[in-house]
Amino acid sequence: MDFQIALLLGQDGLTNGAIYALLALALVLVFAVTRVIFIPQGEFVAYGALTLAMLQAGKLPATLWMIAALGAAIVVIDGAIAIRHGAARRLPRIVLSNLGVPLALLLIVPNINAAGLPLIAQIALTLAVVVPLGPMIYRLAYQPIAEAPVLILLIVSVAVHVVLIGLGLLFFGAEGTRTPAFTDGTLDLGVTMLQYQTLWILAISAVLIVALYAFFGRTLYGKALRATALNRTGARLMGISTTMAGKLSFTLAAMIGTFSGILISPITTLYYDSGFLIGLKGFVGAIIGGLASYPVAAAGALLVGFLESYSSFYASAYKEVIVFTLIIPVLLWRSLTSHHSEEEE
Amino acid sequence: MRRLTLPLFVALLALVPVVLPSSAEFYVTLLNYIGLYALVALGLVLLTGVGGLTSFGQAAFVGVGAYTTAWLTTAFGWNPWLTLVIAFAATTLVALALGFITLRMGGHYLPLGTIAWGISLYFLFGNIESFGGHTGLGGIPPVSLFGMELKSGREFYYLIWIALMLGVVATQNLLDSRDGRAIRALKGGVVMAEAMGVNTAWYKIVIFTIAAQFACVSGWLYAHLQRFVNPTPFSLTQGIEYLFMAVIGGVGHVWGALLGAGLITILKQWLQDLLPKLLGQSGNFEVIVFGLVMIFVLHRARDGLWPVIMQRIERFLPSGGDSRQVEPAEALPRRDRPVGGDTILEVQQVTKRFGGLTANNSVSFTVRAGEVMALIGPNGAGKSTMFNCISGVNPPTEGEVRFLGQRVDRLLSREIARRGMSRTFQHVRLLPTMSVLDNVAIGAHLRGSRHFVHASCRLDRDEERRLRAEAAKQIERVGLAEHMFDAAGSLPLGKQRIVEIARALAADPCLLLLDEPAAGLRYLEKQSLAELLRKLRSEGIGILLVEHDMDFVMGLADRIVVMEFGEKLAEGLPKQIQEDPKVLQAYLGGVE
Repeated sequence: MDFQIALLLGQDGLTNGAIYALLALALVLVFAVTRVIFIPQGEFVAYGALTLAMLQAGKLPATLWMIAALGAAIVVIDGAIAIRHGAARRLPRIVLSNLGVPLALLLIVPNINAAGLPLIAQIALTLAVVVPLGPMIYRLAYQPIAEAPVLILLIVSVAVHVVLIGLGLLFFGAEGTRTPAFTDGTLDLGVTMLQYQTLWILAISAVLIVALYAFFGRTLYGKALRATALNRTGARLMGISTTMAGKLSFTLAAMIGTFSGILISPITTLYYDSGFLIGLKGFVGAIIGGLASYPVAAAGALLVGFLESYSSFYASAYKEVIVFTLIIPVLLWRSLTSHHSEEEE
Repeated sequence: MRRLTLPLFVALLALVPVVLPSSAEFYVTLLNYIGLYALVALGLVLLTGVGGLTSFGQAAFVGVGAYTTAWLTTAFGWNPWLTLVIAFAATTLVALALGFITLRMGGHYLPLGTIAWGISLYFLFGNIESFGGHTGLGGIPPVSLFGMELKSGREFYYLIWIALMLGVVATQNLLDSRDGRAIRALKGGVVMAEAMGVNTAWYKIVIFTIAAQFACVSGWLYAHLQRFVNPTPFSLTQGIEYLFMAVIGGVGHVWGALLGAGLITILKQWLQDLLPKLLGQSGNFEVIVFGLVMIFVLHRARDGLWPVIMQRIERFLPSGGDSRQVEPAEALPRRDRPVGGDTILEVQQVTKRFGGLTANNSVSFTVRAGEVMALIGPNGAGKSTMFNCISGVNPPTEGEVRFLGQRVDRLLSREIARRGMSRTFQHVRLLPTMSVLDNVAIGAHLRGSRHFVHASCRLDRDEERRLRAEAAKQIERVGLAEHMFDAAGSLPLGKQRIVEIARALAADPCLLLLDEPAAGLRYLEKQSLAELLRKLRSEGIGILLVEHDMDFVMGLADRIVVMEFGEKLAEGLPKQIQEDPKVLQAYLGGVE
């Protein structure tokens, strides 16, 4: 390996690592707030990229029908609950908050030439279509059993993951797609060439991380999420709804996942099931941080990115084996250093 | 009637290949696969349903079994029965290593670790050249049994289902044993199990390894049934499907594994035909249905379908009389007890800090054999913390605890339990779905030595009878004989506390730590509890008691220590304590 290749691989590792770091942050966030190990995090990456690709191809993204269907399901369930509690007057609000966005999008998207819109508008549309899936999935799959043991929530996560994979195949087909770069071309640094998209990824990742930091440190909702993560009962006694906290953390996770997909789809071909492995690599990073520390998780994710890119040079066939075997020494190290903590009281 | 169900089922299974016409080969194949899958799901029943752990990587263990035999039989011409032993050994080693790494940590690290391990092994199978890469390995020889080559699916059927039935019987035997109770106790949290002397980390590794071994045998069978292996059936997707089978069938029940494997396999066949036609696309869309069914089951019937079906059957076919009983057996040996009046517990300057909070500050006292020492004080005085320091649940920050003359403050709670200290908990820690008898028998864990290998072959019956007889004796002693076979969770809270005392007594302790035993009891029940404790005292047992009921304490205790804000306020005879002005002030407030 000469210096040029090393730089190139490093660039690759850094780009992927930045994405894994974003996903790792989302995973730590969701776990801390809801105790859900959010296996389907990666599916948002694929859904985001493929929805954007469908919009750019001038097709109506199938994910739009999905948010409409999920919204309708929530209306039925919440509506039935409201009626049973004699609160039928809440029905209009339930319908509006769950079906408003999907129906509006279903009216708007087919009637505009989405393929001809500027990229930024297409991205905004993609986010509007895919991100609501996060809180909707929380409402339907997790909220009814929010107090269940972590193990049950994890099995539900795996079930949600396989449903989304199956639906992904149905919606987007088995073909992979790429979307155009935010800015075409490369930057010549003398020693190496840097794609503009790489710069976009690094810059936006950094901005998102700083924004999240500010959100948690400065805003009331951010603080409410932190309070819920520290102590669910205590937070509830302070008037913080754990349901609100759950939906909010899933919204953030969905947003981060979708945006990550949009960011990387210009540099790598994404298929309906690509998200899973990408999400799991974020997980390896998150586990390095013990599913608790944001900075260590981000650093761990960067490490995964570099490990992946350099191992793809030396032993490309064993790339995944190496990355996922990394978790074993990490777990060993964590189990030897962390004090064996008791689950109760 | 119900006793005949199992033999009938087995007879029916044995007849299937004989009666099915050769045109129905498809059903033989289907049953073969159901058997193979059920064997893996059976391991998950033990791991997830009983032990409360889970693994998505079982398919990888199936792969270890399949690839080991495929490679060794084709490349070196080894005998399949020899490769079974090797595959078994390899699986055991891998499972022990993985278990050691991941099981020491919180519950969710095992499943996450198994996901990673499942993926990495799948890619490994596909990339090793001598394993044939993604194309796989063919030409695997058939298995010979008594000189007969099992070449057809019908012949192999018997091998699969015999293996499965052996697995079912061994698992059932294991669950109904001393180790089985210890494993079931894992789900109730490790604190109680450890305090009863159960090495919880070891049992977690044991069930993880047994589950892996079942998977390995299934893989070995698969390789010799198919006579060809490639990486696809050992992927993470399949690993997830195994868990779905166990959960949908009924993860807490041995037969749930069979039910789940059968349902999912048949449903999958049907959906793989139906869905592509319905959707006009080809692809594995059945996972959508499986996932949705899973979510529904976890929301509405978390124990799976088996218990739901059994409830319906019970309604139409009542089980006909309660045949449960405790057989008489020779009493278990008892430990040497200290002479009455000897000091058995010395607490010296014990301090416990939680971060900046000092819960116990330099507290000292002693307990003698054959006395009741009461620890009293207002809420938050640090009494339960002191209990945890003494019993090793949460060791002290500073100071010494000596039990029977030896320092124990750095020992694990199960090691302290082995030395003859037993305790109850302020917040009752029973296994609510298990019978009172089984709960109490956990207390006698350290008085038995037969383990899971004995249990699965039923070589533990003599000892098991003695353990059950001991548990029954303690239940009668505390006056709960009528509830012996009731689920512990169905008893009122006061009685559950008494069950905890029986459990502690089953350990044959010389020091008993009781945390608020009288709370929730009615007047007469309190009187009989006091009577029981007096009797235990007269037998030379030392009793350390935390209690808020002052009548109860004053009438029973020989000596009393009063704590307030983590410090010892007073110590003395009940009468002295009742007149101590500091104590009066702490309890009733000062006189202005």
